[in-house]
Amino acid sequence: MSALYTESVASLRRKLAAKEITAVDVADQLLARIEQADGKLNAYNFKPDAAKVRAAAQAADLSKPLGGVPIAIKDVINVQGDPCTCSSKILQGYTAPYDATVIKKLREAGAVLVGRTNMDEFAMGSSTENSSWGVTRNPWDTDRIPGGSSGGSAAVVGGHEAFAALGSDTGGSIRQPAALCGCVGLKPTYGRVSRYGLVAFASSLDQIGPFTKTVEDAALLMEVISGHDPKDNTSVNRPVPKYTDALKQDLRGMKLGVPKEYFISGIDPEVEAATKAAIEHFAKQGAEIVDISLPHTEYACAVYYIIAPAEASANLARFEGVRYGNRVKNPKDILDLYRSTREQGFGPEVKRRIILGTYVLSSGYYDAYYNRAQKVRQLIKRDFEQAFTKCDAILTPTSPTAAFKVGEKTSDPLQMYLADIFTIAVNLAGVCGISIPCGFTKSKLPIGLQIIGAQWGEENVLRAAHGYEQTTEWHKEVPQI
Amino acid sequence: MASPDIDVRYVADLARLNLSDAEAATFQKQLSDILGYVAQLEKVDVSSVAAFSGPVVNNLRPDVLGESLPVEVALSNAPQQENNLIVVPKMIE
Amino acid sequence: MAEYEAVIGLEVHVQLKTNTKMFCSCKNEFGGAPNSHVCPVCLGMPGVLPTPNEEAIIKTILTGEMLECQIAPRCKFDRKNYFYPDMPKNYQISQYDEPLCANGAVTLNLLAFPKDVQNDPKVAFDKKIRLERIHLEEDVAKSFHYETASGIDFNRAGTPLMEIVSKADIATPEEAFAYLTALKQILIYGGVSDADMEKGQMRCDVNVSIRPKGQKEYGTKVEIKNLNSISAVRKSLHYEILRQTADVEAGVPIIQQTRRWDDGRGETFMMRTKEKAHDYRYFPDPDLLPLNTEEGLHQTAKSRLPELPAAKKSRLVAAYAVTEYQASVLASEVALANYFEKAAATAKNKSAVANFLLNDYFATGGDIENIPVNPEFFSELSNLVEEGKINTKQAKEVFPKMVAENKAPSVLVKELGLSQITDTAALEALCDQAIAANPRSVADFKAGKTNAVNALKGQVMKLSKGQANPQVVGDILLKKLSA
Ligand SMILES: [Zn+2]
Repeated sequence: MSALYTESVASLRRKLAAKEITAVDVADQLLARIEQADGKLNAYNFKPDAAKVRAAAQAADLSKPLGGVPIAIKDVINVQGDPCTCSSKILQGYTAPYDATVIKKLREAGAVLVGRTNMDEFAMGSSTENSSWGVTRNPWDTDRIPGGSSGGSAAVVGGHEAFAALGSDTGGSIRQPAALCGCVGLKPTYGRVSRYGLVAFASSLDQIGPFTKTVEDAALLMEVISGHDPKDNTSVNRPVPKYTDALKQDLRGMKLGVPKEYFISGIDPEVEAATKAAIEHFAKQGAEIVDISLPHTEYACAVYYIIAPAEASANLARFEGVRYGNRVKNPKDILDLYRSTREQGFGPEVKRRIILGTYVLSSGYYDAYYNRAQKVRQLIKRDFEQAFTKCDAILTPTSPTAAFKVGEKTSDPLQMYLADIFTIAVNLAGVCGISIPCGFTKSKLPIGLQIIGAQWGEENVLRAAHGYEQTTEWHKEVPQI
Repeated sequence: MASPDIDVRYVADLARLNLSDAEAATFQKQLSDILGYVAQLEKVDVSSVAAFSGPVVNNLRPDVLGESLPVEVALSNAPQQENNLIVVPKMIE
Repeated sequence: MAEYEAVIGLEVHVQLKTNTKMFCSCKNEFGGAPNSHVCPVCLGMPGVLPTPNEEAIIKTILTGEMLECQIAPRCKFDRKNYFYPDMPKNYQISQYDEPLCANGAVTLNLLAFPKDVQNDPKVAFDKKIRLERIHLEEDVAKSFHYETASGIDFNRAGTPLMEIVSKADIATPEEAFAYLTALKQILIYGGVSDADMEKGQMRCDVNVSIRPKGQKEYGTKVEIKNLNSISAVRKSLHYEILRQTADVEAGVPIIQQTRRWDDGRGETFMMRTKEKAHDYRYFPDPDLLPLNTEEGLHQTAKSRLPELPAAKKSRLVAAYAVTEYQASVLASEVALANYFEKAAATAKNKSAVANFLLNDYFATGGDIENIPVNPEFFSELSNLVEEGKINTKQAKEVFPKMVAENKAPSVLVKELGLSQITDTAALEALCDQAIAANPRSVADFKAGKTNAVNALKGQVMKLSKGQANPQVVGDILLKKLSA
């Protein structure tokens, strides 16, 4: 049998339906691939339990939309009975007492859950270097980072250690690692996918989304995980379209915007060239390219690094060793229990952001930082609303550079933060975006193209992404591990 | 915008976080850099802009009883428990 | 020596009567085995999200309506950040700059004051105590303290809690007492809370300062905690005002502090001085979208507005011809007023029913919540008297049995053989007998002492073994004596 593990979800589904293969074959091949590759990538915090996965594959209902399809889960989403460490020492020993809503939906769709993927601690980072489980390696060059924070999910899909995975995206944490690992990553519109069960980093920005090998797979997963959830007050009650139908249309007649602000200094020439080539490719395929402006984009990073840490400082206050997780031994008193547990449990990036977030909310600074940032955020949102009166989707690079070397940026957090410069505004505005492969650097590192859609514009984004993918070959490349 | 003169010790205390002297010094420098960077927001005219907020939507929960956790599950993650209570060092009022 | 006046403000926390907690669907119930009403949400587990309880929001708006507040057009929740083991998320979901209800007032009334000052002419019984705000938040867990450790029960964590903040309009411990009594009465009227301080359903923190009369500036504020009853609030304020006055007169400055009331010893003790100001880092809770209250929620709350005590009192006077005083007492408790309206429904003399209920029933030591009597029996009993079937004295004999056995008065009258003699011929014979036996009284009457007829009436009643209709006897005697 040829390497089954390189198949897409859609192709697996066809072969399973035709009884060419069984779900157990799929599970076995994947388990073998993980054994072979994960020692090099360190992408799984918890590798799948072979017996459990085989049993689940055996029992899978193949008539369901994801029947028998193994899916990896970022270690930030609660799965009942499983650990959920968020790659933090502070959650060592925690066992989730409940299923996240997306996990319920995956189970109902017949998916087989396989393993928990590595990430930056509490999703804070762009390289998956901030993990208590060690760095995850890029499947295209193991000296390099996979991006982050969902670096594990990107690496398992890009490295074919999973057919698909779930990640979470707060400022680019799905799209940036997808770009760096050469796979597809979609950040849905805020409110499209329930956040219930996703350990919160920044509540007003977080969304769960899929990592897949193809755009069609992203559409398939979106059909399963989207929808209103009464358990998430910010999830929106709006019907879920059949996203795979959006793929039936080609690119002709689509209006695609190119914002001049996204092609400025700091962008790697190879990335810029690949993005411009992709834009031309769209034009050749019959899309209309229009110039647009997102004038407040330059402030997106500054806004983000006020709002996200502020929300995080409150979201992470619950980790103190009282009700679950690691508690420091023999604390002197309750204050010592808090302070020492958190000192020992959190890594430096998390501490840095908690302090930053606490500071911008503290007495006397709220208006200068948090309130002003929320106002500029409103302007960023308005920019997008105006842009989408002129176009159906927006084309930009996903990341200003391809994957960088492990350790290259760890000493300068601000430089690391700027790695998300093209993705952050999408979260601030609450719109959706996808990253798809659009080329390689000379040293064979993947480059990603970001396609941004309006609120609830997933169908346009998927259509554009699919139209591009079907007329290019980038997504067919497989890394040698 | 306020000066990026962040009192790391005071803020860490609010956040219930011990810091070593070395950590405090590193954070002091890094956070000052970051605050210096975000100070660019001063340039934006926000005088007539309302702060971003989610849409006004009445997603309300009807007052109907749902399931609670069995007590042994509820406490299964607790580092210390006794008589079905979660135990911590004595709290001062 | 300067005269001092007190300035008092109250912060009252009220547990709302709902089926479920504020942000999860666990049971909102007092008591229960420790940690038996908890779920991932109210335990603050990683990844959980709050879902707002519609009923709690409606009940808060209803409270605002009953207390004449302005209702905010939108409802927004904020996070109040501080670490404490009884607070699962280490932030409390509360309302900061946009409380659901603003302003409003509690109007005091005579009966809300302590009994011993109800006749004091110096007291302004109908004073209005203005409110600052009412907001909605989640309660914290309950802690038990042992020698070296504390244990936490999260059953109460996340239950809906309303905070009602008064302006510093309260001038005396008695006004504080009346404020809490009147507030409690209204909360019960609206079905918002049972507001029992002893059960912690209503909790009160007091702020009190003193200043020389006529001075504009406030004195230094002292907060009193551990107040478990309305009378404890009054007592603690008496104590604290005296203590502060003595300190000021002795030249000892008052420092801002929190004091604990010891009810057994009748004293307050210092708990802590205000070290540094809290830095709660409030910000809008991004997990909760703002709500529009203007249509659905506000309308629903308005549709539940009950008749309030003052309106009820006026209606009882108008519709039942009871006295002002009777109406005040009846309206002071909604359960009592409701019972009365049923009890008086078919009575010819409704004021008499009020008397039976307020005097005779409460004299038996019963309360209104557990009254065992079919309310219709009150009407029946008073009608028996009104129709002359039994006299008042006989009614008093029937009453305790009616209460004890929940038996119809007409049945009891028969069982006790109490029917009244109204047969004029029989009564005339008895009257003749009495006149013959008491020449002295007859002479007195004829000499102009009209009261003497009462002595004769008493004789007739005795001869009839109490069964004569006194009215008819009186008429016959007057007729015979004046003949
Ligand atoms: Zn609960």
